[in-house]
Parts: sequence; C-alpha cells; structure tokens
Amino acid sequence: MSQSLSLKPLSKTALDVPFSGIRRFFDIAASMQDVVSLGVGEPDFVTPWSVREAAIYSLERGQTTYTSNYGLLELRREIARYLNKRYKVDYSPEAEILVTVGVSEGLDLAMRVLLNPGDEVLIPEPCYVSYRPCVSLAGGVPVGVETRSDAKFAVTAEQLKAACTERTKAILLGYPSNPTGAVLSREQIIEIINFARERGLYVVSDEIYDRLTYEGIHTCVASVPGAREITVLLNGFSKAHAMTGWRIAYACAPEHILKMMMKIHSYTMLCAPITGQIAAVEALKHAEKEVEEMVSHYRQRRRLIVDGLNRLGLTCHMPLGAFYAFPSIESTGLTAEQFAERLLLEERVAVVPGTAFGAGGDGHIRCSYATSVEKLELALSRMRTFVEKLR
Amino acid sequence: MSNEVPDEILTILARDARTPSDTIAKMTGRSVEEVKDAVRDYEQRGVIKTYHTVIDWEKTGCEKVVAFIDVKVTPARDVGFDAVACRIARFAQVQSVWLVSGGSDLRVVVEAPNLRELATFVAEKLATIDGVTGTTSHFLLKRYKEDGALFFESEQDQRLVVSP
Repeated sequence: MSQSLSLKPLSKTALDVPFSGIRRFFDIAASMQDVVSLGVGEPDFVTPWSVREAAIYSLERGQTTYTSNYGLLELRREIARYLNKRYKVDYSPEAEILVTVGVSEGLDLAMRVLLNPGDEVLIPEPCYVSYRPCVSLAGGVPVGVETRSDAKFAVTAEQLKAACTERTKAILLGYPSNPTGAVLSREQIIEIINFARERGLYVVSDEIYDRLTYEGIHTCVASVPGAREITVLLNGFSKAHAMTGWRIAYACAPEHILKMMMKIHSYTMLCAPITGQIAAVEALKHAEKEVEEMVSHYRQRRRLIVDGLNRLGLTCHMPLGAFYAFPSIESTGLTAEQFAERLLLEERVAVVPGTAFGAGGDGHIRCSYATSVEKLELALSRMRTFVEKLR
Repeated sequence: MSNEVPDEILTILARDARTPSDTIAKMTGRSVEEVKDAVRDYEQRGVIKTYHTVIDWEKTGCEKVVAFIDVKVTPARDVGFDAVACRIARFAQVQSVWLVSGGSDLRVVVEAPNLRELATFVAEKLATIDGVTGTTSHFLLKRYKEDGALFFESEQDQRLVVSP
C-alpha cells in the first residue's frame, strides 16, 4: 500500500492549453470587498420576465425531456425567421440550424468539423479568450492576426492574406468584438469573403453581439454575396436577451457541415437543455422591446465611459458594438497587467488587461460598461484618483 | 398619432429624474448647456409635467388610505366628460383622473389620511357633483409595483466579478 503510485501523465493537448489570463484577476477581485467591476463579460440586466415566466410555466407543465439533437423545431423555426427578417439570410430550420449549449459549444463543434491536425486558423486579435484554445483542442493551429487601434481593431482582407499559408483552413471572425467593440463594415466583410473563396477557406463567424451595435445595423457575415456556402454562423441569446446562464445558442451552416456538427453534438451533448430552449422561443417571439431598451442603456453608458476615459488621458476610440471600451493605458507608463493589478489593489476597480485577449492587446485594458451609470461614474472617479497618482 | 423616437433626455429622466445634467450630457453626447436648454424647454412647454418620488409610505409608518373610484358620468353637450373630470381633478385629495373605456367613465385615485375622511370625500364631494351618476370604490390593500418601481425585493447582481 505504501508503494508510491506513478500515474501516467495527463493528455499533452490538455496540459499545453494555457489557463485564461482572466482567471488571475478573478481570483484577486473575488477576495476583495467593495470592488467596482468593469471586468464583467455579461449583461447587468436579468433575463426579461416574460422569458423567465415562460420557462417556469414549462416546468410546471412537466416539460423536462430531451429534445431532438438539433433542438426544438419551434425554436429553429423562430431562429430562421429572425435571420430572414433581420438579415435577409435563409437557413432551413430542418437541416441547417443546430441549437447549441452556448456559442462556446458551437465554436468547438465548428473547429472539430473543419480541422485536420495541423490546419491553421486565422484569428484577428485581440479576440475572445476561447478562440485560440478551441482551435488547439481541435488539433488545429491558431494563427493570430494582430489588428491595430488606429484601424479601430477591424481586420482587413490584406492582413489575412499576409498571414495565409498552404495550411490555412479557416478564418475565425468575432465581430462585434469582445474585447475591442470593433465591427466590420459590409465592404470589409465582402473583401474578406472574396479572399476566403479564392483560397477555398471556411469562415466561422461568432456574432453573439449582433444586436449590440450603436451606429447602424450589424451586417451578418452570411448575408453578403458568396458567403453562405463557406460560412458557419454562430449566435445565441446570452448578450442581446441577457440570458448568459441559460447556455442557449445556435449554429447555422450548409447542410453537409451542419450534419457533422450535429453528429458530434449528439454524442457529446445530446441536446441543449429544454427549459432554456423554451425560454429562447419566448425571447425571439416576445422580447424585442426589452432588447431595444437594453441596447439604449448600453448606448448611453458607452458615451459616458468613453468620454470619461478620454478625459483621464486613456485614449479610447468610440466602440461601435458589444459592451466594452478598450482604452490605451500607454500614457501611464505601466503595462496592461501592472495597470490592472494596481488599479484593483489600490482603488478597487476591476478591469481586464488587454494581454488576456492576444496580440495587440498589450497597452490596453478592457472596461465593460454592462454596469449601472452610478457604478460607471464611481469607477471613473476612482480611476481618476489612480491615474493622477501616477503622474 | 405620430410615433417618433423619444428624445433620449426624456427617457433618461423618466427612468431617474435626479440624473444630473452633466451625466445626461455624457450619456447622450450633447453639451451640458444643450441638455439644460432642452430640459427648460420641455418644462416650459409642459412636456415635463413634474418630478416626483415614489415612496413606500408603509415603511415610514405613516400610512394613507388610497381608493380607486370608478365614476359614471352623464356627458354634457359640447364638453363631453371634460367639465366633470376637471371639476373632480381640482380636489387636493384626488391624485389622478383618467377617462377610461369600459363599464365606467372616469377612474379616480383618491388619497386620504384615514378611511372616514375618504368616505366623507366620496359621499359629500364626489358623488354630489352634477353629472356624476354613480361611484364604485376599490380600496388599495397592498402595493406590488408603482410607476415602474417594484415594492418587493428585486434581483441582486449575482454576476462573477470578472468573466470572459
């Protein structure tokens, strides 16, 4: 019994994937009192009551079963109707839409279906923390394409072209962007799609922030000419409908791609939780007014925080989408990590250093404005104290 | 009826009348002077009627009696319900008066320090007005939501402090 056990090592793939840079700040912030957090990547609103009420009613009626692997047909029909009405893009509810457990699952499925070992995926950075790991876990090689603040962090077809090799298989777009708030114009998307078609590349487009744009309506990548047949479109209910904890999202793709995604999903997930799917039906049918109301709050807070950051000398472009401001902190002489850590410890304001989001994130911090006006003003006044101390 | 997008200044003030002008200016991307001018103009034109506070009087210990009174009225030639409605609205005890569809004509909200005073007001003032043909009183028993404010515990922010 006392003989020492020498277990074989864990999977190299798992060991090699780094922990998220956000974790460290979470651990520090969670141990502190009276923190004003601009570090939160989810809405401060709760799910609209009509949506919650529909879910409660479904539980009362005993709707607690599995659903089709694809998801409830009623929900897929509502998703198809939404995409057609808003973006004039058509997906068949029967064969081209899969309800997933968050966009995170959809992203994982897309990568597993598209990639062979060693295939490269172009990822405009700074980007959401999961993109690189999802590519690596599927056996692919993430290739960061650094975007610049002077281009408002929008990637161009030229930048992608420069990073493209023989092994490139796909482009992973995440616009409106977490963490930069960047969006792509219709023209920019068309150029990227033309380039992808020339090289035979797939495009995976994470559009979870599609409803949170503040100057004009979002352009759905799948809606531009030639895009639909090479695109896996990912979207969900977390942001626009304030439904992060429900974990309900969807993937849309041509049938031969979607069928493979469904196959993996049927073995690893079986189906998304039914209560959340029922809630999502209600969200698409009856929560439009609430979505617009939430967007109007974000729009007003966005101006408030961007104005405040610029006044502090933390240069910040006006983000066009999502709910993040991504100011430069270079004028303070600190690195992003130092800035975020000292701001948290000295003034109790939590932000996330841009380095957590890959190339181009250094020298920046991510400030979420999914928080009340009062808290934003309190955070800004504490940041003023901090920045003045540095000078 | 036109359906214009409301001015953001008004939607912000409707949410919280105490929002300072400089905050509104930053939220709407306008200058503080523009905001102040616009608010002054709204006040002068009667677009902004008043600023009031929703108070849970029960918590302060000073309870009041509130009744919702459905009033049936014989409309008068030329002025319809207006003459009677304006007459009722002028009483200090009357908080709100609305012309409504359905079984009665006017819905009146009356507030009084106690039940006796409220009963006296209805019997002696309201019911005796020329043109009023009947009243039905509903007494307020418990408040759950008033002017958009919940009177029971609402949701707390339970989010993680930092998340991706």
